[in-house]
Amino acid sequence: MATEAHGEAGAAVGMPQLDFSTWPNQIFWLLVTLVVIYLVLSKIALPRIGAVLADRKSTITNDLAAAEELKQKAVEAEKAYNDALANARTEAAKIIAAAKAEIQKDLDAATAKADAEIAAKTAESEKSIAAIRDGAAAAVAEVARDTAAELVTALGGAADAKSVSAAVTARLKG
Amino acid sequence: MEGELALMGKYIGAGLAAIGLGGAGIGVGNIAGNFLAGALRNPSAAPSQTANLFVGIAFAEALGIFSFLIALLLMFAV
Amino acid sequence: MATEEGSGLQIHPMDQFVVKPLFGDGPIQWYTPTNVTLWMGIAVLAVIALLVLSTRRRAIVPSRGQSVAELFYGFVHKMVEDVAGHEGVKFFPYVMTLFMFVFLSNMLGLIPMSFTTTSHIAVTVVLAMLVFLTVTLVGLYRKGLGFLAMFWVTSAPLALRPVLAVIEVVSYFVRPVSHSVRLGGNLLAGHAVIKVFAGFAGAMGLASVVPIAAIVAMYGLEVLVAAVQAYVFTILTCVYLRDAVGEAHH
Repeated sequence: MATEAHGEAGAAVGMPQLDFSTWPNQIFWLLVTLVVIYLVLSKIALPRIGAVLADRKSTITNDLAAAEELKQKAVEAEKAYNDALANARTEAAKIIAAAKAEIQKDLDAATAKADAEIAAKTAESEKSIAAIRDGAAAAVAEVARDTAAELVTALGGAADAKSVSAAVTARLKG
Repeated sequence: MEGELALMGKYIGAGLAAIGLGGAGIGVGNIAGNFLAGALRNPSAAPSQTANLFVGIAFAEALGIFSFLIALLLMFAV
Repeated sequence: MATEEGSGLQIHPMDQFVVKPLFGDGPIQWYTPTNVTLWMGIAVLAVIALLVLSTRRRAIVPSRGQSVAELFYGFVHKMVEDVAGHEGVKFFPYVMTLFMFVFLSNMLGLIPMSFTTTSHIAVTVVLAMLVFLTVTLVGLYRKGLGFLAMFWVTSAPLALRPVLAVIEVVSYFVRPVSHSVRLGGNLLAGHAVIKVFAGFAGAMGLASVVPIAAIVAMYGLEVLVAAVQAYVFTILTCVYLRDAVGEAHH
């Protein structure tokens, strides 16, 4: 019956998969192949690749550990740097404060001295100014008396020195 | 005459057997579609389930392949 | 690849799967070197090139080839660890063997004019039976009769348990069937469809642009299928291994 289905084609052989005469051949070569592949894989390829992968993993782990260590070191160095910086800052602040206090002391002393000198000078000046003022006032009274006497004379009166002087003095006071 | 009738029966049978592949197609589509729906709802769980997806597809497909095999047997081996 | 005879539609999508002797035309004995031998040998060479030659330098900073090898290693290792558990890592070389063989056979099969070893039921049945026997024997060895407890679903009501046990036992024994037929059937179907389109292209003259475009699309899909089927085969292996070595059956 099968020959009718594809007898005309001649070459067709149905399903080669179901041609049981070739099964022993295929099974034999398959087993050979599988054994060869298994040996190649289990003896050479897989241990090698596994070793490479393990190597890489340990290398990466080591590198990561080293990087972590370096990072730790960097953090420590930064901390030390910051500490040094802070120390320097406090030291500097201390020095500045001391210098400031000293300068302040000098300054205060100088200021006090200067103040005293200035006070002395002021007192002296005031004294001389008062003397000058007194002198000036006396001179003004003299001039005024003379001028008033002259004026009285010029206006045709008889200048009584005593009354003129009294009037001028009264005026000056007023 | 009798042989032609048998030939006809063979081809019709092969065609009928091929319908079974449609069922496999429905099954595989169903699995893949449901997987996608689930994966879109919870994308983070999807990668861990791809193995189950393929196993499911394989089981569904195997039954279709059986009917395909019947078709082939009818065409070429009977 | 296309059947270019031009005399109507003569498509032989199954010719590409024929097992032929490499030398001569004699009968195929179990030891005869055939195209199966050739393409399995190429798969072995590809494994060696990919995983052994590329990692020759064992560089800490990997080259491109070594990155690919490490990618495969990491991918399968993670799969075994995640799915089969820590106990399953012992089977990592075994799972890796299966994955590399299936993946490379699928990919090599996509080369035009090549022969796809994994599209043969004989091959996939052996692969699946190896997994099945491994799981069963390891499970019985490690857990003794406790391994049979996985058929007795304690989380179900007592009345249902015998029924479930029957279903579990049947599904356990169907595993190698579906495991193998899935892989073989997927590749067989994809290659046959490409071949059918190629047959159309040979017969349609100028309009063959359409089937050629379809072949391109199918080819892309087949690359995906080849990778996904290798992945599925491997992950199912891990799932089954979990039954044998894992703490509890989920």
